[in-house]
Amino acid sequence: MAQPSPTGYEDAASGVFPPFDPTYFASQLFWLAISFAVLYILLSRWILPRIGSTIEERKDRIADDLDAAASLKAQADEAVKTYERSLADARAKARAVAGDARAVAEREAAEETARIEAELAGKQDEAEARISEARTKALGEVCNVAADVAASVAEHLAGVKVKKADAEKAVDEVRS
Amino acid sequence: MADTNPIKQFEIHPIAEFSVAGLNLSFTNSSYFMVLAVGLTIGLLAVATSRAALVPGRAQSVAELLYEFVADLVRSSAGNDGLKFFPLVFTLFAFILMANMLGMMPYFPAPDFHGFTVTSHLIVTVALAMLVMVIVVGYGLFKNGLKFFSIFFPAGVPAPLYVIVTPIEIISFLSRPISLSIRLFANMLAGHILLKVFAGFIVMLGAAGGALAAVGILPFLMVVALTALEFLVAFLQAYVFAVLTCIYLNDALHPGHH
Repeated sequence: MAQPSPTGYEDAASGVFPPFDPTYFASQLFWLAISFAVLYILLSRWILPRIGSTIEERKDRIADDLDAAASLKAQADEAVKTYERSLADARAKARAVAGDARAVAEREAAEETARIEAELAGKQDEAEARISEARTKALGEVCNVAADVAASVAEHLAGVKVKKADAEKAVDEVRS
Repeated sequence: MADTNPIKQFEIHPIAEFSVAGLNLSFTNSSYFMVLAVGLTIGLLAVATSRAALVPGRAQSVAELLYEFVADLVRSSAGNDGLKFFPLVFTLFAFILMANMLGMMPYFPAPDFHGFTVTSHLIVTVALAMLVMVIVVGYGLFKNGLKFFSIFFPAGVPAPLYVIVTPIEIISFLSRPISLSIRLFANMLAGHILLKVFAGFIVMLGAAGGALAAVGILPFLMVVALTALEFLVAFLQAYVFAVLTCIYLNDALHPGHH
């Protein structure tokens, strides 16, 4: 592999193209082996596990956080569902209560109306009875007055004393 | 004009010489940058991840981004069971990226104050590529036994075509380490030579003086543009190396699904 030294390369250590100069091949291999082995051992035993564990730890931490977030979200969803369910229950109960109240109120109103109507009907009957009684009484008094008047008229005109009972009988005959 | 020599930046100089059993194992500027790349990678990542906060800061975000980036790469190319190779792919990616990026510094607090790109040397990239191939073949045979060789017999091909397809598959498999290493090496080498050549033009035109010195603005603009491109290439080649490693590892893990 060694090339004859072209002019201008005289200052090279052994006069050949340096990368092909075998003088230091053994030295290069020797030091490469040492440095590469040291690098390999330090990286594989020390540096790489350290970086790897840091990354792994971070990954675990992120996964844990994601899990925690997911479980919290599930809890929140559950809470929302429970809340909605209780809200629906409450609404149904409110509707039922309102329906009951309306029914009761309607029933009471109907009873009240019936009661008041009955009362009013009774009062009306009573009032009618009183009116007819008053009329009867008034008519009776009219008969008395008419008998008195007829008796006094007969006395003044004919000079005949008419008994009150006769006068009344005469009035009744005239009226009927 | 030695400083405008575009090849000089690839030279290796010993800092502390020593040899074992006749092998020259000197600590060189290349070794310096390798050790520095490892030190910086570990240091920066250690500081960035020291707090390990649940909500990451800026530095920690970058470290985690890098981690996830490579992890996704492995997962998408080699499947979840490919993650056992994640440290390997991450090490390859981090080492090549850091070496490429350090190479982008023209001057550096290093011996000679000169930057150096570790991955611009073929021997380094070949070593890395061979490491990948040895692991692919070794693990593939260990896990799947002889079934591993089914990667040379893709499913759904009419039987007579295996005469043609199988040699092609074998050749493509054998050329993998070559293409893997040459790609990284050639990209870094060519990019750095190009930068140095255009930077050399600035110096030469400036030295010529007069109207030619004013023309020197053109290679300067070129160097600025190329530097941006080279930063992209530095990242991209590290990424490509990591992706191809994952794809090859996928063969070892699942030889049936070729």
